[in-house]
Amino acid sequence: MSDCLVPTLCTIAGRTQDTADVFTLSIDPPDGDFPFEPGQFNMLYIPGVGESAISISGRPAEAHRLVHTIRAVGDVTRLLGIREARERIGVRGPFGTGWPMAHAAGKHVVLVAGGIGLAPLRPVIYAIADRRDEYGDVTLLYGARTPRDVLFYDELLEWKRAGVLDVIVTVDAAGSDWNGDVGVVTNLVGRIHSEPAAIVAMMCGPEIMMRSAARALLDIGVDEANIAVSMERNMKCATAFCGHCQIGPYFVCKDGPVFFYPDIAPYWHEREF
Amino acid sequence: MKQFLDLLAEHSFFSDLAREDLEFIATCGRNVAFRAGTQIAREGDPADAFYVIRKGRAAIEMYAPGRGSLRVQTVGEGDILGWSWLIPPHHWVFDVRALEDVRAIALDGRCLRDKCDANHEVGYQLMRRFAQILTRRLQATRIQLLDLYSDKVV
Repeated sequence: MSDCLVPTLCTIAGRTQDTADVFTLSIDPPDGDFPFEPGQFNMLYIPGVGESAISISGRPAEAHRLVHTIRAVGDVTRLLGIREARERIGVRGPFGTGWPMAHAAGKHVVLVAGGIGLAPLRPVIYAIADRRDEYGDVTLLYGARTPRDVLFYDELLEWKRAGVLDVIVTVDAAGSDWNGDVGVVTNLVGRIHSEPAAIVAMMCGPEIMMRSAARALLDIGVDEANIAVSMERNMKCATAFCGHCQIGPYFVCKDGPVFFYPDIAPYWHEREF
Repeated sequence: MKQFLDLLAEHSFFSDLAREDLEFIATCGRNVAFRAGTQIAREGDPADAFYVIRKGRAAIEMYAPGRGSLRVQTVGEGDILGWSWLIPPHHWVFDVRALEDVRAIALDGRCLRDKCDANHEVGYQLMRRFAQILTRRLQATRIQLLDLYSDKVV
């Protein structure tokens, strides 16, 4: 897309309701392919209402169709959730840094996701599935609120069945009819069987969850330089002009959202950043 | 006995214990197995053991009238299950049910308490390890209580 500050009008190709408050929009860009790296985001725009920064959750190899998985929490995202196929919305992007896919090649990959944080990691799984031989063990540790809030359930089962990755799902609360795990996602770190020194970890979720999971990964011997995290901040311009998303010396929209742990961890404990 | 000792020694909970201390503790242990669906512990019953889970998963639950069994946490391979044996009045505070076939090492609580009273160094080493587990569980529970994945501001 030509001008990074001017939204391009795109047509909604379809909408699926993933959970009670999460939906996925498929969008057709007008100019054909829209290449992106796993981990990047777009600004989705509803004229007269505003913009929202949304990670791309689709398959990188299918660049002709943009896919975003969105949680309805604010004005823009709620209105996006009631848009129908063939309606148009504005898109700016893609913005930001991607997950360290090249760095992870030849190593074991551990993905740690919490809640909607699985959406920005889904392109990583697609990319790995497309080039499965280039990676070692791949393990997804995924935490959700309840069994009803687990995203991409069928897809996760299919990936597991196909040997793309091992999946362990835990939820914060469940009845006795749930046969999976209950507890925080950090509890699952002990179930990683790969050699810690050869692990590249990628994490996305609430910051408290990521801090806790990072500590657990470090405890088992994962190198801090091999831990990547995706940060969430209030991204407004997406071009590092406005400063709304600044954290320490970084603009999350431009320098992130994906950071390596040693670069971002010092600012996790700084208040009001 | 050697095989049983090795099983204990391989577990991170016991890994850096002196061999003689491990042998001292191992006399309180035995291998146990629970079929999927079996009740491993019941709230209010005497807590006469703790378990080092070797294989399988179990659910820690609490029964609420009208709501049934509410699952609080699951534990699995490598986890330590139960600390009520350590704290008076030595009764289980939760129900525990095997979700899958579970194999574990059971360590007799009364036997261990007697050994800790007789040998304070072993007692200290065990308390230190249980303190770490309790701390991790408390931290995890606090994070769980924050309901991080909801959209409400806590």
